[in-house]
Amino acid sequence: MTQSYQLSHLDQLESEGIFVLRETAAQFERPCILFSGGKDSIVVARLAQKAFWPARPPLTFLHVDTGHNFPETIEFRDRFLGDLGAQLQVALVQDSIDRGRVVEEKGPNASRNGLQTVTLLDALEEGRFDAAVGGARRDEEKARAKERFFSHRDEFGQWDPKNQRPELWNLFNGRKQTGEHFRVFPLSNWTEMDVWQYILREEIPIPALYFAHEREVIEREGVLLAVTEFLTLREEERTERRTVRFRTVGDATCTGAVESAASTLEAVIEEVASARQTERGGRADDRRSEAAMEDRKRQGYF
Amino acid sequence: METLDGYLDMDLLRFTTAGSVDDGKSTLIGRLMFDTKTIFEDQLESIERTSRQRGDENVNLALLTDGLRSEREQGITIDVAYRYFATPKRKFIIADTPGHIQYTRNMVTGASTANLAIILVDARKGVIEQTCRHSFIASLLRIEHVVLCVNKMDLVDYAQERFEEIVAAFKAFATRLQIKEITFVPISALHGDNVVNRSANMPWYEGPSLLYHLENVYIGPDSNHVDARFPVQWVIRPHSREHHDYRGYAGRVHGGVFRAGDEVVVLPSGFTTRIRSVERFEGPVEEAFSPMSVVIRLEDDIDVSRGDMIAKPNNQPRVEQELDAMFCWFSPERPLEPGRKYLLRHTTRSVRALVREVRYKVDINTLHKEEGDVQLGLNDIGRIHVRTAEPLLYDSYRRNRLTGGFVLVDEGTNRTVGAGMIR
Repeated sequence: MTQSYQLSHLDQLESEGIFVLRETAAQFERPCILFSGGKDSIVVARLAQKAFWPARPPLTFLHVDTGHNFPETIEFRDRFLGDLGAQLQVALVQDSIDRGRVVEEKGPNASRNGLQTVTLLDALEEGRFDAAVGGARRDEEKARAKERFFSHRDEFGQWDPKNQRPELWNLFNGRKQTGEHFRVFPLSNWTEMDVWQYILREEIPIPALYFAHEREVIEREGVLLAVTEFLTLREEERTERRTVRFRTVGDATCTGAVESAASTLEAVIEEVASARQTERGGRADDRRSEAAMEDRKRQGYF
Repeated sequence: METLDGYLDMDLLRFTTAGSVDDGKSTLIGRLMFDTKTIFEDQLESIERTSRQRGDENVNLALLTDGLRSEREQGITIDVAYRYFATPKRKFIIADTPGHIQYTRNMVTGASTANLAIILVDARKGVIEQTCRHSFIASLLRIEHVVLCVNKMDLVDYAQERFEEIVAAFKAFATRLQIKEITFVPISALHGDNVVNRSANMPWYEGPSLLYHLENVYIGPDSNHVDARFPVQWVIRPHSREHHDYRGYAGRVHGGVFRAGDEVVVLPSGFTTRIRSVERFEGPVEEAFSPMSVVIRLEDDIDVSRGDMIAKPNNQPRVEQELDAMFCWFSPERPLEPGRKYLLRHTTRSVRALVREVRYKVDINTLHKEEGDVQLGLNDIGRIHVRTAEPLLYDSYRRNRLTGGFVLVDEGTNRTVGAGMIR
């Protein structure tokens, strides 16, 4: 096989991701990796481990914590990053609320998802981070299809589609004025399927939430939401026990579950292969409007 | 599990599509994604809803690829959008670019990473200026495989004569270009003829469907496996107890093959040494080739830093401060100004550069050269001469896309203002 000089698609994507991470370390002074404990950020962390081996990744891991977590995610985060020997910094949405930077939403659909943007931008500014690496992929959502590997943000943290730089060959331009920063997306060319396949191939641990388990849920507007202390039930809503799993892991108030019996990675991949809904189809935050993601991105969301 | 093993070993084809609003490009991409089941129910529902609101007769597949709201409102695409789909045979990355002349820079950007280009022709209109422009860009950016899709065959009664007329006209034009392989497919993106399955409406056509061709076209190693080129990207020094004296050069192979024991030269210093090991996280690698990201460790302790290049003593890149290049200008703000200084990015190097001269501009519709007192404005392509403050380590773009391509950055605005292909 060594004589064919062809790489499989996963090897090509891995090599590209490692290249982008090394380029980030080389072009920026204080880069960080946004780590949520979700599968995409886990893959980014894995690529960072490979890119700088045997040294530790020269990037800080930053978790923007809404406080509305599934407890499994936090346990997983601490264990996973501990094994990596990585530096973790946590930015709490609760702190932004306490300091009056944001106001908590009210009502049964209340979510801290939108508030994260302010916490994130404050954390980047306070930490003087000039690049924030994220696990977003271009296949996730229409507004992301045109995203760059090196995505420029102005001094307000905002994304202007007209101010993005063309990326040719292997050449990325991370030059900026003081106060501006970049978002970097090493997984730009990966699809959801690629991420799962890579996790399988590399035997990367992921939170148990991704596998089928029994849990109390409610069905709201066609989405199954986990019953947690953060969810306000409406009067008519009744909880029920179902066997579910999560396709994305985010804020507990707006991450939808799907009914599933997939309890192994192989079964999850089979399910992803035959799925007829996008993974973000279960996210209440995207359902708010047709251009919800485009709007949040402009404001400086992940 | 067989399906999984197969998937883990799939290969990847990157292709670009260029076309204008009305030649059916978006419908074709929508069709490929729809027929390969890349589109999900929630996306389909969303475009069905929008199609109804707009009063479209059929589900408008073109809506699938429309990106930003600002574009949807104006009904145009203004940038390169990347799309993904896979069949059991291959994974595909599409760089989808608008085809109007004012988007030449987007086509150039999309073409820079593609192995194959799909060029669409409206069967009623035949080979027009735009077809020539797209083909020229594919040739300039060294895309070796072009597929000319003659679309809207349903509107010319699936006539073989019309298809053959167009094929002949295109072949005549293409003799002026450097494209290794051209394939012609008559299709109707709207009705799906010859897109995924062979069409019963064109029994005279004996070639493959478009998707079959995309799945099976042999894409040789995209990069050059003769000239060993390794631009150093990052120096790894762990400073830990167990790796106290470790010093490794991280980068992505841009050409050729590197093995432990190989004699190498480090440029621009010119020191020679041997490779002690080629490594990855998983352990030593027997040989590294493009586009692998690896770490190279050398036998001798010599000074190597980012921007240097590791090559073989008997096969070195050019080490020069002068370069002659074909160049596309991207900036809407002002034209390329001879005598002005820019920052030039090439491999992992970044140097100051002075544009000394614009030798000529190409009329990209006719390939005619305009010489004399010319300047390059937005979307113009021409030949320029550049002098750099420090040597560049380069090859001609024809020989190696990665060591022959560069961009210019405006030092005032920090924007990428143009891209060049070294001759």
